[in-house]
Amino acid sequence: MRWLAAVLILAFAGCGGGDDQLVVSAAASLTNPLTACSGDNIKLAFGGSDDLAAQIRQGVKPDVYAAANVKLPDQLASEGRVEKPVVFATNELIIAVPNDSEIGAIEDLANPGVKLAVGAESVPVGAYTHDVLSRLPVGQEEKILANVRSEEPDVKGVVGKLTQNAADAGFVYRTDLVDDLKAVTLPQDLQPVVEYGAAVVKPSDNAQGYLDGLTDGPCAEALHKAGFGKP
Amino acid sequence: MRRAWFGIATAVALTAALAFLTLPIVAIFVDSPPADLIAALGEQGALDALWLSLKTTAAALAIIVVVGTPAAYLLATRRFRARALVITLVELPLVLPPAVAGIALLAAIGPSLTFTTGAVVVALTFVASPFYLRQAQAAFASVDHSWLEASRTLGASEARTFARVAIPTAAPGLVAGGALALGRALGEFGATLMFAGSLQGVTQTAPLAIYQRFSTDFDAALALSAVLVAVSGAILLTAKLFGGWDAADSR
Repeated sequence: MRWLAAVLILAFAGCGGGDDQLVVSAAASLTNPLTACSGDNIKLAFGGSDDLAAQIRQGVKPDVYAAANVKLPDQLASEGRVEKPVVFATNELIIAVPNDSEIGAIEDLANPGVKLAVGAESVPVGAYTHDVLSRLPVGQEEKILANVRSEEPDVKGVVGKLTQNAADAGFVYRTDLVDDLKAVTLPQDLQPVVEYGAAVVKPSDNAQGYLDGLTDGPCAEALHKAGFGKP
Repeated sequence: MRRAWFGIATAVALTAALAFLTLPIVAIFVDSPPADLIAALGEQGALDALWLSLKTTAAALAIIVVVGTPAAYLLATRRFRARALVITLVELPLVLPPAVAGIALLAAIGPSLTFTTGAVVVALTFVASPFYLRQAQAAFASVDHSWLEASRTLGASEARTFARVAIPTAAPGLVAGGALALGRALGEFGATLMFAGSLQGVTQTAPLAIYQRFSTDFDAALALSAVLVAVSGAILLTAKLFGGWDAADSR
């Protein structure tokens, strides 16, 4: 059935612009900075990092893949599907709560009746969340997990449940905070290393140039402005 | 000559449509070995999702039929002011993107129901009911008016005429509408995710479970998709066996 995919991809690729157009698959959390810094000849496709990786495994070939972790690009590289990945940004996992919330620390999430929205374990934000929770004392972890009301397929789902007042708290990246929400920071020893990795999928000068620009250039600046840390 | 040309063109169009619509579905079964299918069904999360999908779809369909049948009867048999407007309004969810449906439900009902199975049923009912209303209205409209008149002339009450004459006569169309609504409810994704959330056994229906597995376990996603295709196909076939499709066709 792969030939069907090939036919469809070729058919739709023909709808694109000129030869120098670059297709970049990027994590949804990079939407704002990358949109701001990328030129007209760059086509950005945002989605969950894991979905984008799954697409690459199914044969969809963007020029560059920028993920919200290093695990996925590393896996793809070891499978020979992308070039050697580079770390281009860092982020911070926080607990987002409504501005008037009384939740002030991670321990408060174990209180009965707290409604918690988290990312599904299959997406990076969910994996980091479960990683943090697993390092809490056993009883506490179980109490917090029992308060989970939804496992969202991406960060935006978690933020949406919070801004709609459906959930009382959720784990998101610092860069995902919006006006109605405030951050409860995690203790230093619980904070996971959140690194963003990118790799060239289809080697070309343009693709390599875009990748270099993520660590040094307008895109690096846009990332910094949006709250991402430097690697 | 001209006629032959047109005949060939329509045949080519149908072949293209058939190939485009069936190949992806065939691919689901070709790409998922039977062993994987069975293994996927043995996984608790997949079973929970399928069971939740069946429960919530059945609940939504019950609400849709109980409320929708008399409502469609009224729309089909009475002429009143703003009737066209009412019909347009009840059909509106048909053309709404699921994300809009989810936002609309959040705006109207608010977050109190979110994260509950009830919210899933509300979302399914909202997106699926227009399919039933539309079909049921057409079915009632095509019931010969003289039959209803005769029933009333013979002394049957309005309610009795509805229950004993209109419903049995319109039954094939009603079944077809029910099947369409059921299929739509079974496949609902966006509105459920936005309005209800996604949690195993509570709000994670089969389409949400498929999406969650898409990234981590493509084979499991394929297998669960295959099961959903089989269930949906069985529903469509049932409706056809009832003769509902042909009745809808001849209209």
